[in-house]
Amino acid sequence: MSELTSLNEAVIRGDIKNALAETQKALDAGVQVQDVLDRGLIAAMDDVGERFAKGKIFVPQMLRSAKTMQECVALIKPAFQEGNVTLKGKVLVGTVKGDLHDIGKNLVAMMMEGAGFIVIDLGVDVSPETFAEKAIEVKPDILGMSALLSTTMPAMPMTIEALKKAGVRDRMKVMIGGAPVTGKYAGEIQADAYAPDAGSAVSAAKKLMGIS
Amino acid sequence: MIIVGENINTSRKSIAEAVEKRDADFIVGTAQAQAEAGAHYIDVNAGTFLKEEGECLCWLVETIQQAVDLPLCLDSPDPGALTGAMKRHKGVPMINSISLEEERFRSLLPVVASQPCHVVALCMAQRSMPVTVGERVKAGAELIHKLTNEGIPLERIYVDPLVQPVSVDTRMGTAALGAIQGIMKEFPGVNTICGLSNVSFGLPRRRLINRHFLALCMASGLSAAILDPTDRELMATLLTVDMLLGRDEYCGDFIEAYQSDRLPGA
Repeated sequence: MSELTSLNEAVIRGDIKNALAETQKALDAGVQVQDVLDRGLIAAMDDVGERFAKGKIFVPQMLRSAKTMQECVALIKPAFQEGNVTLKGKVLVGTVKGDLHDIGKNLVAMMMEGAGFIVIDLGVDVSPETFAEKAIEVKPDILGMSALLSTTMPAMPMTIEALKKAGVRDRMKVMIGGAPVTGKYAGEIQADAYAPDAGSAVSAAKKLMGIS
Repeated sequence: MIIVGENINTSRKSIAEAVEKRDADFIVGTAQAQAEAGAHYIDVNAGTFLKEEGECLCWLVETIQQAVDLPLCLDSPDPGALTGAMKRHKGVPMINSISLEEERFRSLLPVVASQPCHVVALCMAQRSMPVTVGERVKAGAELIHKLTNEGIPLERIYVDPLVQPVSVDTRMGTAALGAIQGIMKEFPGVNTICGLSNVSFGLPRRRLINRHFLALCMASGLSAAILDPTDRELMATLLTVDMLLGRDEYCGDFIEAYQSDRLPGA
């Protein structure tokens, strides 16, 4: 619907000032918060993800759009009430134990939020035990792990083992990524999915959840 | 400027295949091309082979050095893989790299102290990626102190300021440059080194970005670089900047490069 087109465009451009103005305008005009979120913001980020996948825009534009959406979400958050607004699912992310690299993970977290997932980011150097503890506490739909060193990758199967031991492995899907990680490796350690970058991570997450 | 040739890395498909098949001719060819293009060290990285990394690294060391008379830069975070490779290495190797991350430092310090080698010291702090120039210089200084205390001479230490992509934060270029300047100033005699490709991650025209970053690093005092010496435009930049920084007597190397058609463009 046309009343949200300007909002879409502002998010795609990464124009925080206008995006916030358009968000407020939509709310004032009586558009439902769920609609503002789904058709105003998430739809814009879906577009951003697609353009990135096609090589039409690059990391800085993706970041800028994601930040713009974050600002707009902050604006509509007071209107979120229990059951009033539904999001796509919950994602728990972190970089594995012994590894401090976070750029890729942060991009994935941002794009997941842009796609309408709730993201809980555990940061870097996250032990298998911490992943398991938090998984029990937070009950994510997807657990995402990132590793950038060949020497820290073994923490991935260790984390999957920790989830099994805690009896929660089958309550969530596990997705992995990071420069040395491959789809083959994901298969070997019985992860549910692998994604090579932030854009495809969102597509993979939606596929795991059975949504589009 | 000391040049470390970066091309023998199994994250590159052709190299992975050659290592998989043990294609010595291909690997030697790649090493020779880098040597002829001016590399002083040949970097070898088999990190993508995971459990077989040590075995692959040893094979690479032996294969390359029986044909090419250059020291190697052994590129691995795995102490076991490094130790094996160092045993087979002829001459003084460069070890890439050590950092302040607890486990990595603890396991690699005895390895780099065990025999004469050059050490790349990465400015990664214990628990986090550095953000500012100050954090990088602090990490670098701590590494220098710890390594020299183990008897490693200052001139054998190559501090890597940790280059991060400008696509993620546009302050990352000047953060690395400031760190190079800071380390060179505070520790006369030490070396600094960095790879060029991180800076352009996430952007198009990466080679354009990388060679301009090289120029800026050189102007900031960088003494060594990990790069592709067979990249003619990159080497042309290196040569040109060396001359502009007053390091080319009578502009001789530059003119010779021009006369042998090694300076593309205008």
